[in-house]
Order: sequence, then C-alpha cells, then structure tokens
Amino acid sequence: MNWAFIAKYLPMYEKAAWLTVKTGTAGIVLSVIIGIICAAILYYRVPILRRLVSTYVEISRNTPLLVQLFFIYYGIPKVTGIKTDAFTCGIVGLAFLGGSYMCETFRSGIEAIEPIQEESAKALGLNKFQIMRYVLLPQALSISFPGFVANVIFLMKETSVFSAISLMDLMFTAKDLIGVFYKTKESLFLLVVFYLIILLPISLLGSFIERRLRRG
Amino acid sequence: MADFNLASIGLDVLFKGKNMARLIGGLGVALKISLLAVAISIPSGILLGVLMTWENKIVRFFLRVYLEFIRIMPQLVLLFIVFFGSTKIMKLHVSGEMASIIVFSLWGTAEMADLVRGALSSIPKHQYESAAALGLTKTQTFFHVILPQTIRRLLPISINLITRMIKTTSLVLMIGVIEVLKVAQQIIEANRAKSPNAAFGLYLVIFILYFLACWPISMLAKYLEKKWKV
Repeated sequence: MNWAFIAKYLPMYEKAAWLTVKTGTAGIVLSVIIGIICAAILYYRVPILRRLVSTYVEISRNTPLLVQLFFIYYGIPKVTGIKTDAFTCGIVGLAFLGGSYMCETFRSGIEAIEPIQEESAKALGLNKFQIMRYVLLPQALSISFPGFVANVIFLMKETSVFSAISLMDLMFTAKDLIGVFYKTKESLFLLVVFYLIILLPISLLGSFIERRLRRG
Repeated sequence: MADFNLASIGLDVLFKGKNMARLIGGLGVALKISLLAVAISIPSGILLGVLMTWENKIVRFFLRVYLEFIRIMPQLVLLFIVFFGSTKIMKLHVSGEMASIIVFSLWGTAEMADLVRGALSSIPKHQYESAAALGLTKTQTFFHVILPQTIRRLLPISINLITRMIKTTSLVLMIGVIEVLKVAQQIIEANRAKSPNAAFGLYLVIFILYFLACWPISMLAKYLEKKWKV
C-alpha cells in the first residue's frame, strides 16, 4: 500500500464524496416528495392520475437506473433539443427511480393503518387534509420507516452509476486513478473507505431509530 | 408533425442490417449473467440464511460481517474490486463476464441469505413449541411445519430478487462487457452521420426491452404475494 499516494489523492476523493452526497441527498429529497404525492394519489384513488401513477411506478421499478440515465442524458436531448448537464440529469434520474420506491413504501405504510383511525378522525370533524397531515401520515411514516431507510441506502448506492454519464463522483475518480496511475490497490481501498463513510452511518442510524420507534 | 418519420426519433437504425438482432443478443448476455448468478445465489443464500439462525455466535458474527459488507457496498464497487483488483493483487486474469458472475453471485447470496433469515425468524415461536408438544422431532418440525410456511413467505420476494438481479446486470457495461448498452453505443457511433438521433430510439428500445424482461416477473411475484397473504 502506497500511503503517500493515498495522502496525495485523498482530497480528490473527498471532493468526489461530497458530489455523491449532494446528488444523492437532492435525489432522495425529491424522491420523498414524489413518493408522498404518488402514495396520496393512490390512497385517495384519484381518477386518471391514479392510472398514471401506477404506470409510472411499474415503469420506474422494472428498468435499471443506468438505462433510465442514458435515455434522459443521451436520448431525450436528441429529440427535444433540451440539453441538461450531468449533475441535474443524475438528480432527475435518481428522483425518477426513487419516487416509485418511496411511493410503494409509503403506500404500504398507509394501507397498514386500520380504517378505524380514519373513521374516528372523521367523527372528530377533521377534514381530508387534516386527516392526512395529523392522523395518517405520522403513523404511516413510522410504519414505513424501515423501508424508507432501505430506500435511502439503496438510492445512495445507486448514485455510483452516475459515473457513466461522466459525473465526477467516487466511482469516476477511482476509475480515473486506476487508468492513469495504475494504482489499483490504493484507488480501490479509498473507494471502499469513502463509501463506508457515507453509507455506514445511515445504516447504523436507521437501525437505531427503528429500535426506538419499535419500543416507543 | 408533417415531417415525422422513424429517422427523426432515431428508430431507423434499428432496421438496418442486423442491429435489432444485435441488441437482443446484447440483452441476452445480460440475462445470461443474471440467471447464472441467480442459480448460484438461491441455493447458497438458503444455506447461509439457515446458518445465520444458528446459535453459534462466531459463525453468526463472521457471516454477518460478510453479508453486511456485500449489502452496503454499491454493486459497481464490488465489480471494480473483483475486475481490477483480481488482476493487480492476485495476478489473475478475470474476464469481465466472469467477474460479473462472481460479484452478482456473492451479492445475490447475501441478499438471499438475508431474505431467508428474515423469513425464518418471522415464524412465531409457538409454531416450534406446538410441533414439539405434538411429539415431532427437530427434523420433522423443520420439514413439515417451518419449511412450508417459510417458502410461502420467501417465494415472492426471491422472485423479486431475480428482477433486481436483471436490472443490476446493466452495470457490467462499466467493466467492458459487451452487453445491450454497449451494442447500442456501437450502433450509435457507427451511424453518427446518417442518423444523429439514434441515441433516442435505441435507448428507448433498451428501456422497453428491460421493462419487458422484468415486468412479467414482478407481476408473478405480486400475484403470489397476494395469493399467499398471511
């Protein structure tokens, strides 16, 4: 192991790791928003929109992110003429994928709540929005928490394919260093370490909160 | 649109020469890798999953570290480790396809083991106790009481693992395996001048091909899940 090499290229990895965290976080936040909206549409059985949402969920869950990204990044601009940069494209792709995963998780969370909850809320005079905001959503969120954490980790991991649309993330940096300096061992070591730094805390925090939720 | 034709959305290249057949062949490579990996993962995952429910703390600790590491690392990182690492560190030449099969088998095994462990530990304790009270031996309890219930919980989620595997194999492009995306890139490159919009048409077709490969399997899993709902 060449430690001088590692010290020299550590800042480069650090920068790449921030890019991974930034794109990942932005994509996940958007996924949660899309997921909540889609889950609400499915739950309230909104006509027409409901069909669109379930079609979207099936399409997004049954195709790989890499193919989605290639289509968005290389395909769509050819026909529409709208060229987006890799950064935006990565976030959009991740949100497209994550939205459906979050939707499924939240939907099963809402469906797990007994109907008596909604009926009681109605009897107390809460309106549809209030029922969602104060009765269903808080319970659904805690029921779907384990699934939510699994989705967050899954989406963070999926950001590794962003290097395919030449976003200079951790994967890109590692591949670059392997190609240029042939320092395979060091590059791979740093790659693993940085992914652990990003993903391990999410996983540990997730299981910690999950245990608290189960107890409380 | 009056001037709409296949070329404007880049679908014309699909019907040139053997391009469509080449694309399908490329998807075949990805499917072959995923099915091989699934065939290895399911039995070895079941074995590890059962081992994880054992009382032996040392076995459980090492299995846990292995499984958690594999499951937390992006599959692409694992591919890089095996593909680039094996050449450099172990002085072995591993082809891209071989590296993919190794990585997806390791990953699939870890995922499958987790599913098996989850399914086994979700069987309530009273099932074991009642079986013991009825005088069944440990082997009888496992084969006649626990296994049938576990399979019902396990089958839909393991079928889903197949679709996850198929989707994940799209990554093999990144270690130079000639699969469907690589074939598309070659076709786009070859037709750059004559049909500049080929990227749209080809990636759309690949999108649809992947969907057609995964969707029926997902539907089957959903159907079984509903049918066997506990």
